[in-house]
Amino acid sequence: MMTDQPPILSVSGLSKSFPGVRALHDAKLNLRSGEVTALLGENGAGKSTLVKILTGIYKPDAGEILIDGKLQVFSKPTDSWKAGIAAIHQETVMFDELSVAENIFMGHMPRKKSRLVDWPSLHSKSQELLKRIDAEFSSDTILKTLGVAQKHMVEIARALSHNARIIIMDEPTAALSGREIDDLFDIIKQLKAQGCAIIFISHKFDEIFKIADRWTCLRDGEYVGEGEIKNVTQADLVKLMVGRSIDQIFPKRDVKIGDTILEVNDFSNATEFDGASFDLRQGEILGFYGLVGAGRSELMQALFGLTPTDRGTIKISGQPIQISSAAEAIAAGIAYVPEDRQVQGTFQPFGIRENITLPSIKDHAKNAVINYGQELATTRKFGAKLVVKAASWEQRLGELSGGNQQKVVIAKWLATRPRILILDEPTKGIDIGSKAAVHEFIGELAAEGLAIILISSELPEVIGMSDSIQVMHEGKFVKRFSRAEATPEKIVSAASGSAH
Amino acid sequence: MSKILANREFLLAAIVATLVLAVGIRAPVFLTAESLVNVLTDTSFLFMLTLAQMAIIITRGIDLSVAANLALTGMVVALISRAMPGIPIFAIIILAIIVGAVLGAVNGAFVAWVGIPPIVVTLGTLAIFRGLIFLLAGGQWLTSKDMSKEFLDFPHALWLGIPSLIWVATLVTALYWLLYRQTQFGRGLYAIGGNPVAARYCGINIPYEQFVVYTLAGAVSGLCGYLWVARYGIAFVDNAQGYELTIIAACVIGGVSIAGGIGSVSGALLGALFLGVIVNALPVINVSPFWQTLISGIVILAAVIVNARSERPIGKLILASARKKVKAT
Repeated sequence: MMTDQPPILSVSGLSKSFPGVRALHDAKLNLRSGEVTALLGENGAGKSTLVKILTGIYKPDAGEILIDGKLQVFSKPTDSWKAGIAAIHQETVMFDELSVAENIFMGHMPRKKSRLVDWPSLHSKSQELLKRIDAEFSSDTILKTLGVAQKHMVEIARALSHNARIIIMDEPTAALSGREIDDLFDIIKQLKAQGCAIIFISHKFDEIFKIADRWTCLRDGEYVGEGEIKNVTQADLVKLMVGRSIDQIFPKRDVKIGDTILEVNDFSNATEFDGASFDLRQGEILGFYGLVGAGRSELMQALFGLTPTDRGTIKISGQPIQISSAAEAIAAGIAYVPEDRQVQGTFQPFGIRENITLPSIKDHAKNAVINYGQELATTRKFGAKLVVKAASWEQRLGELSGGNQQKVVIAKWLATRPRILILDEPTKGIDIGSKAAVHEFIGELAAEGLAIILISSELPEVIGMSDSIQVMHEGKFVKRFSRAEATPEKIVSAASGSAH
Repeated sequence: MSKILANREFLLAAIVATLVLAVGIRAPVFLTAESLVNVLTDTSFLFMLTLAQMAIIITRGIDLSVAANLALTGMVVALISRAMPGIPIFAIIILAIIVGAVLGAVNGAFVAWVGIPPIVVTLGTLAIFRGLIFLLAGGQWLTSKDMSKEFLDFPHALWLGIPSLIWVATLVTALYWLLYRQTQFGRGLYAIGGNPVAARYCGINIPYEQFVVYTLAGAVSGLCGYLWVARYGIAFVDNAQGYELTIIAACVIGGVSIAGGIGSVSGALLGALFLGVIVNALPVINVSPFWQTLISGIVILAAVIVNARSERPIGKLILASARKKVKAT
């Protein structure tokens, strides 16, 4: 291929540390124009950090970035665009209340001589960019009325508006359906033909093999290798990414499955999910897989009483039950460990003890007076069980690493002595060591007879941990696979809606 | 969505018109041109200050110190006028704008670069500004006797038959309209309030924009400070006491979202006009001032409820059926 030409972007020796975490160490990356480079690595391998350095959001501690052989220093996002780098982010970060045109050109609007915004040219330029990627909506549409795939197109148009030569796509397909992915790939091919260099980040190997020309792999923040896609197999790449084979990471135990504890029937609400029916038994781990935005978290939030439903029934241990608040869900023995632990799961300025005993505070109090000794006993018990690493049980949560924070979040819900535990992306964004600890712990809990619902967007995690897997697509249940019949291919095609 | 927004503004305009007509039926004198111009003149301060406040609220901030700034600047220019009666009026106006802007810049600097929450900063400066008035004037009141004729005449002057206050408010409105609609800076304000993280990714200089909007609000407060003192012929510690709450109320009634990112010039003007009409019309039909406060309170809550409903969809649009429905409307 075109590997002989010099790289357009060349990164070497890049390092970045955060308090307690070495996010990136001596990382390397080379991009050539007209090529798609897949950036591989597990969650927490340092891909996002690398992207944030390239887009001027983080400053590296060491290392250099060369574009066309010239040294670049990015101290703010504008520097990075001016050098020709644009990123399309995983979760579309844009302005819901503004028009498509304003979203595309925010920060660099076309202006008249008087420095006032040139609205006609803003719209005509936007329309032109949208046409280039075959978008079917107009530039004056308000962003929040668009679907996820369309918002992605706005982001791509935004990247093109910077005349970017280096485009970073961070999981661009995560929220797209099969046809939309094909459309995206057509756009990528067009960009390649126009000489752009593309960094493609995806967890889906079929996509990587379909669209990428080269790969670069990171593991635990370090560079492990690069090469041409045609010379490797999926197994090679997995080995490089993980550094050990898959079955070692997911210690799924054989557990005696007990009686049915939860029955959900025809759970529906107006916009988020429809006709959700499933049952769950003691000791069972039920995985929920789907693309980002498939409605899995929304379903669980409704089950936990956080959002209302229009119809449907719940039975716990055969008894019909109405759950209309989180307090009722906790009383019924349900615990929900949310996905976004920073926002929904923790109280950063509080200590570990206060965080762990918060949902079960009633059990630690007599006549509304909190018993400190009892609190500490609970904290010790669950903190130790989850191997939380901290200076003391009073240490503020904000000072702990992501992995340890996640352990505290799980511990606090275990302290409510639940019978049903809902884990929403329990290992998202935590380091590999903590991840293994969390996995092992989930296995242990199931062995103790807890019924577990595991929402995860990481296919190996879902397949490795679950007794059966429920796949959702656009708010609807597609199919429930048993452990024996679940293969990555079947699950991915069901989740993308192409199975029916 | 823009349709619903336009509708809400239309609704507000309709309510204001109905109110004016209803009062006019009870007391036809209210509908005379003279009386209506008087309502607008009276509301001029509120128009300007509401537009200035809106810029701050759009960035997820708030400025509680604007009325104190107004009173302080008013006292400063009144003292200057007493000390130097011959000073030309345009110099007084420019001075008022500069003094107000400097006071606003203090707020802006603390919010933008020290990173203190706006409500705390402006609560502090509110008290400081009021305190400074007392110190500057030694606790005395300055009345029209202490001010030159030129100083007092300006806000009462008629240009082309229309009071100068309305002209000034129109000019300020035009400038703010340009800022909000026609400048990259103004669009950036919406971006900061709508999604601060994304705004940073877009290279918007958030601290700079914050600093500028507080400074501008200060400049407008300063300008109003002179006009207020000259119009009512009095400068004292409690001038425009509590007026900041009326300003914030006008924003809220006009559909400016306290959560940031949403607000339009026409909405803000209508919100201000609504309160202006209530204050001016109800006395005409002998409704007590206590009823006025009560009514504006109810309207504020009603406006917040209407806004909250129109802003939030019931859930995320995940089901294909739900997405289609939204597209159809």
